Amino acid sequence: MSHATVSKQLTKTVISARGLTKKYGNFAAVDGISFDVPAGESFGLLGPNGAGKSTTMRMIGGVSQRTSGELSIMGLDPDRHGPEVRAHLGVVPQQDNLDDEIRVRDNLIVYGRYFGLPHSYLRPKADELLEFAQLTDKAKARVDSLSGGMKRRLTIARSLINEPKILLLDEPTTGLDPQARHILWDRLFRLKEQGVTLVLTTHYMDEAEQLCDRLIVVDKGRIMAEGSPASLIHEYSTREVLELRFGSERNATVAAQLEGIGERLETLPDRVLIYANDGEAALEQVRYRGLHPLTSLVRRSSLEDVFLRLTGRSLVD
Amino acid sequence: MTEPHRPTAREADAAAPLLGLRVPLTPEQSAAKARRFGSLYFAEHWLRTMRGYGWTVVMTAVGTPLVYLFAMGVGLASLIDANTAASLGGDGGSPGSGSLPYLVFVAPALLATAGIMVAAEENTYSVMSGFKWRRTYYGPNASPLSSSQLVGGHTLGLLFRLLLTTGLYYLFLLLFGAVPEPAGWLMIFTAALGGMAFGLPLMAYASSIEEDKGQFAMVQRFVVMPLFLFSGTFFPLAAMPWAVQWIGWVSPLWHSTQLGRVLSYGHAEPAWLTVVHVLYLAVLAAAGWLLAKRSYTRRLGK
Amino acid sequence: MSIRNDEAGQNGGRPGGEPGLQNSAALQLRPSRRPLGSLYSGNVRAVVARGLKATWGSNWAIMASGFVEPVLYLVAMGVGLGALVGTVEGPGGSEISYIAYIAPALLAVSAMNGAVYDSTWNVFFKLNFAKLYQGMLNTSLGPLDVALGEITLALLRGAAYATGFTAVMGLMGLVTTPWALLLIPASVLIAFGFASFGMGITSFMKTFQQMDWINFIMLPMFLFSATFYPLSVYPEPIQWLVQAMPLWHGVELLRQISAGVFTAATGIHVLYYVVMIVLGLVLTTGRLRTLFLK
Repeated sequence: MSHATVSKQLTKTVISARGLTKKYGNFAAVDGISFDVPAGESFGLLGPNGAGKSTTMRMIGGVSQRTSGELSIMGLDPDRHGPEVRAHLGVVPQQDNLDDEIRVRDNLIVYGRYFGLPHSYLRPKADELLEFAQLTDKAKARVDSLSGGMKRRLTIARSLINEPKILLLDEPTTGLDPQARHILWDRLFRLKEQGVTLVLTTHYMDEAEQLCDRLIVVDKGRIMAEGSPASLIHEYSTREVLELRFGSERNATVAAQLEGIGERLETLPDRVLIYANDGEAALEQVRYRGLHPLTSLVRRSSLEDVFLRLTGRSLVD
Repeated sequence: MTEPHRPTAREADAAAPLLGLRVPLTPEQSAAKARRFGSLYFAEHWLRTMRGYGWTVVMTAVGTPLVYLFAMGVGLASLIDANTAASLGGDGGSPGSGSLPYLVFVAPALLATAGIMVAAEENTYSVMSGFKWRRTYYGPNASPLSSSQLVGGHTLGLLFRLLLTTGLYYLFLLLFGAVPEPAGWLMIFTAALGGMAFGLPLMAYASSIEEDKGQFAMVQRFVVMPLFLFSGTFFPLAAMPWAVQWIGWVSPLWHSTQLGRVLSYGHAEPAWLTVVHVLYLAVLAAAGWLLAKRSYTRRLGK
Repeated sequence: MSIRNDEAGQNGGRPGGEPGLQNSAALQLRPSRRPLGSLYSGNVRAVVARGLKATWGSNWAIMASGFVEPVLYLVAMGVGLGALVGTVEGPGGSEISYIAYIAPALLAVSAMNGAVYDSTWNVFFKLNFAKLYQGMLNTSLGPLDVALGEITLALLRGAAYATGFTAVMGLMGLVTTPWALLLIPASVLIAFGFASFGMGITSFMKTFQQMDWINFIMLPMFLFSATFYPLSVYPEPIQWLVQAMPLWHGVELLRQISAGVFTAATGIHVLYYVVMIVLGLVLTTGRLRTLFLK
């Protein structure tokens, strides 16, 4: 039923930003970023804490006025048409803000009322969404009795009450255990399959790799790179990475002896990274030079490596 | 990359349906309705939340008047009426009303106090926790509602609770025979106005607090309590030295109480003073309302 | 750990670690033979010290402001209402001014309020939100250490307020007998009674709404316990009811002390509080045992 609609909306741009800037005093939280998001795409903002991701999301969400630049959501300026823009969106904020004084199901109904939706629609819709979020048996429970993952799913269910075409998710899985994250990712996949445009921020590269068709890497309010996860890795990193640990004291001194192995070398406080297309071969070379690391690991390159390359810093401290 | 294992997630998913129910409004229609009725929607939420502590609301609304009326209007009154009633009429210069029973004198003040107390309860911690602990304002803020509509909805909810409280209180006053004049029922509204005049500036203040350093305990002790004690509540303002009478003049509780006294037993005061009472309360409420709107908009739009 | 005596909260002078003795005891892991061994480690001081740090670190201004409330009541009611009331019959039958009549009553009320706040709201928050006690009980502290520590804190604060209020009474010329110095320990006794009970009752509370019930009990007790007018205005059955309430005994006790008039009833008032303290401690300890040592 829903598959027919997906193919039709591929080319329409739903979010467009040009030189988008937000300043607090002299500090530019978002410093002139530009991007477009076509309908049905899953678009990610990847960056460390304080990169300006949440501020960008709040501007897109029509709850924070930009300092300068242009922003259009479904062709509307959120600063001037706040209610209209917000009526199109579903928002999952970074911190849960469910109402813990009313029951789980009532949270959905009350929220739907803000969109002027009638109770006759909201009651069955709430049940449907609870099922989608696997919370049917919690309908009458108190919000504070839910686990972190359940609260997250309830927040997502709440954001879907008005059937938004665009869903904004700010750090949707931060603080969740691995199993809860996988359940959540799966729910988001389903929405994407239904043609919902997803915009999400994350500082987890695995999340970005799993969920995003395309992403921008942001740091200090600026865009460092843009592309699909695969193309970013291809462009800014090698196929494989060799991670070596020589012990906290020796990493830096040994690094000098590793010059020339692989394409690039990064020395971190706890380990040395060698970027090479063939990790095992690189390890052979290390051993050949008479160096014996305490541990060694060959892995595929990830967005973490892209970020390290772009900024010289780790994504998660 | 490590292989994500997801069997448990998958199992549960098998039966989960796609979302089928279609939303009856377009986003444009939603936005139009929210622009028009947003405050009402938020008030609806507010009332639904209040149902959670409805027991407290009713007990406060019923228990407080009973306790105060018995203690002050009956117990204390027996002491005062036995001593002298003449000094009660002295406030505002009407020596003729010498036979005023203490119960009748204190009743409008108790009613006005109830309005202030309800406003203080609703517009302190619950406002701050909407921004801070429970963050419940940020949910509706992401919906088509505007920040000002949150202020509007909260105010409507407060008004509802105020009228519920003062209305019930008035019935108890009648039961105790504390309201001689027929116009006394208008006190329900003047006491609610007094609650607004105190509550809305407090709401603006509460919404501006970024960090809880016990400000509300200080407000309770250094604002609410002195107002309660020095606003001509239990004795005429004139019984206090001039040095503390000013507390009464700036106190919304005094103005609300005096209005009640005019309505309840025809307390004699110049007409202009009655007008001042109403204007003062209205101006405080309006100023608080505007400040609260500004503060909410600023804080939610950061 | 089993060698320290049980009055650790008061003795204060003994240093926390006596390595030789403690080590030998610890090595053998001999179970304590003292009664309440699983509930009590004799280290109330640690709890009190933490409480004092928290108080002076963050909310000393609020603590200090608590002193102002009864003084405001005294001024407003004593001066303003006093003008309407005139004189009242005091203990021993002599006529006294209204302000002298309500002053000791307000002191009793503030002792009650302070103790109840400290042992209910404060404890409720720590129990349910700050999870402070869970952390404390992961150390060698037992639930009774925690209970006694919290109560000691409430009493310290109560003693400070009582001292301040008595001084204000002195400045306003309301102290007419040297017996008035006894107002301070008597206030602490009253606070102890309410604090030991309050904590036990709080341990049953689960939500903020339930905490409101405490206010519903406190308000009538405050207004009806012969605070602002003599008991004689009530019909006899109501008088009995009021006389069963703890605050009335506190008000009467302090009123007698402030006038320096003592009767057989004085002993009854004191006894009432001693019984209340004992029962309260039994209840609180029992509750803490079920809550934390299941």
